[in-house]
Amino acid sequence: MLAVTLLTPSVAALEVGQKMPALGSLLPRDSIPDLSGKVVMVDFWASWCGPCRLSFPALKRLHEKYADKGLVVIGIGVDAKAEDYKKFVSKMGVSFPIFHDATHTVADKFAPPSMPTSYIIDRKGVVRYIHIGFRGQKTEAEYVKEIESLLGKE
Amino acid sequence: MKKSIWILYWLFLVGSVSCSPQLVRVKPYERGNLSREVMSSDLDPLLKAMTEHAYFSREASSGGGGVGGGGCGCN
Repeated sequence: MLAVTLLTPSVAALEVGQKMPALGSLLPRDSIPDLSGKVVMVDFWASWCGPCRLSFPALKRLHEKYADKGLVVIGIGVDAKAEDYKKFVSKMGVSFPIFHDATHTVADKFAPPSMPTSYIIDRKGVVRYIHIGFRGQKTEAEYVKEIESLLGKE
Repeated sequence: MKKSIWILYWLFLVGSVSCSPQLVRVKPYERGNLSREVMSSDLDPLLKAMTEHAYFSREASSGGGGVGGGGCGCN
């Protein structure tokens, strides 16, 4: 039993250069938008996380500015309680697709090291940038720079 | 006699396995309860002040016990 416990691998965090796990198979009940050939931004958030709250207006701006150019912003809420999740979503007035990962199926695959964590994925489905935390305009400027560079590449 | 030692052995084994860091580690996205206000160390300012006073009287030193916010560890 001891050997089994010690040999149980801890969750390996998704790193830059790795393929993004298929969200469709992790959230089979949700209708995930078509991500093929798109630049994708996956943001992990929770209603109890202050910086996540601050990051939402920036994510909204990115969605509004770059959705037509091929960016898909996806928010993954990791709240355990559905009511907390719903309350946060209605308060924020989210315009981009968001999904509730109550059982942490997606979070376990990505293993975000902090809250919030956002992953920027290129058109081929490879993770190019990982942002741990949200530091206001500084982080938003980095998002813009990275997204524009990935949208420019075919 | 032998049976009781065997039981103790298993209790020890199960106990130590349960303490494995891989089982008890709270992941960053599981900190919802830890981030609740009630988990904050300075929930009651009077209690905090009295505890710090007792600490100061006993140890002849103060401070160093501050943490920001609750336990969500955000950012």
